[in-house]
Amino acid sequence: MTVATAVLHLALALVLAPLLPGLVNRVKALAAGRTGPPLVQLYSDLARLLRKGSVTSRTTTWVFRAGPAVGLAATLAAATLVPFGGATALFPFGGDLVLFAYLLALARFATVLAALDTGSAFEGMGAAREVTFSSLAEPALFLGLLTVARATRALSLSGMLGPALPEAWARFTPALLIAALALFVVALAENARIPVDDPTTHLELTMIHEVMVLDHSGPDLALILYGAALKLLLFGSLVARVVVGTARTGLAGTALFLLSLVGFAIVVGVVESVMARLRLSRVPQLLVGASVLSAFGLVLLLR
Amino acid sequence: MTAWTDLAFILLVVSDFFLLASSRLKAVIRATGAQGVLLSALALLLARSEAHPVHVILLSVGALGVKAFLIPLLLTWAMREASIRREVDPIVGFLPSLVLGGLGVALAFAYAGGMPLPVPEQHPLLVPAALSTVWTGLLLVVSRRKAVAQVIGFLVLENGVFVFGLLLSDFMPAMVEAGVLLDLLAAVFVMGIVIFHINREFSSLDTGKLSALRD
Repeated sequence: MTVATAVLHLALALVLAPLLPGLVNRVKALAAGRTGPPLVQLYSDLARLLRKGSVTSRTTTWVFRAGPAVGLAATLAAATLVPFGGATALFPFGGDLVLFAYLLALARFATVLAALDTGSAFEGMGAAREVTFSSLAEPALFLGLLTVARATRALSLSGMLGPALPEAWARFTPALLIAALALFVVALAENARIPVDDPTTHLELTMIHEVMVLDHSGPDLALILYGAALKLLLFGSLVARVVVGTARTGLAGTALFLLSLVGFAIVVGVVESVMARLRLSRVPQLLVGASVLSAFGLVLLLR
Repeated sequence: MTAWTDLAFILLVVSDFFLLASSRLKAVIRATGAQGVLLSALALLLARSEAHPVHVILLSVGALGVKAFLIPLLLTWAMREASIRREVDPIVGFLPSLVLGGLGVALAFAYAGGMPLPVPEQHPLLVPAALSTVWTGLLLVVSRRKAVAQVIGFLVLENGVFVFGLLLSDFMPAMVEAGVLLDLLAAVFVMGIVIFHINREFSSLDTGKLSALRD
């Protein structure tokens, strides 16, 4: 039964993932007074890209072609560890938060390798920045997750975000609030959203994530776009579950989960509308600030 | 009630982090103002039921008036008057000072329990939050180049002392209230900056240039 609901929720998440960036874009468009692209734009994009052929540079090797597939596969594997809705994850086990973080790191590693394989200086620069910033985001992610783990006394994502969470919220409100804030900053950084990176620019010297996928086309690009949407969903569900903090199961849990994801998308959209992208030298400050904050949350719990 | 006190202490420490990481003078000034509001709230929240209400209210209103409004206004005025540029201009970078601040806060929280106090503490977060704020103020004073930023550091240090003083507010209310007057010293600093136009004399408020003075 639990496996069936987990599979159902995972399928739901996989189907709905491309809707999330559409939602963020719609919020941004509304804030800017535009109509914006339709909510299902990414589905059409994916369908279009999958029908196309792909062009690869002659300087590239199999590393370049394997990049998108490995990246998506790692993200999919990470998706089996995250609990969606009221259900537990498909494969929960103690300490799976470490695997979760490093599966996403593996996905990034594949993308970075593919970018370096093209031999383009531009992509190399983007890869360097991506790695720098994600290495700074990693302590914040781990300290934030550790705070939640300590507060709920569970070591698997399903346990941390499961039945123990409401009680933990009642007892350790400030620490969890801080952890949620830090995780939100990490979610923005990891998904190349605005204070760290601008997802709408393609040819600017400041861009980070978008520059690495410039050479991919057709189905490869579709895999990358879908992987990015899925990653946003994973982080979104993580943050949303920590913030909402209830342990409802069944249909009510699923509905609440979807609502909280919509809320996450709206918050991300609002952040992108009201903030400018930070200067590149200020980004480490934001990420280290998030790490220090979540370390403070942990200190609050440990004393 | 305790939840609100918790929140106030946590916000105080978070604002310490913000002060260390922020590069804009205006934002830093606003953050000290916010700390003033927090201190005023804390004076009310930590008051014991048997404490004299007049003293408590005097302390709270004094902190609010001086720390949250008067000093920030003075600082903004000084910035405009001495035409100080809006960057903080640190000697120790923002990242190292943030990390140092985080370390200090962690140590404060780890060892505050071992501190022998003359009176039982009213709240478990009081001593660590006070120590963290004092540490932040100290860091700001030594690691910023501009006189205004150093005055702000002194204010933050003073805020930490104020929190510590709340511990004693039942025994020596007048002493703690007088502590608010320490802020007037900071006000004098600000006046000095404006009146002597430190900015104009040295073409900046960089105190490092004072060492270049010769007879």
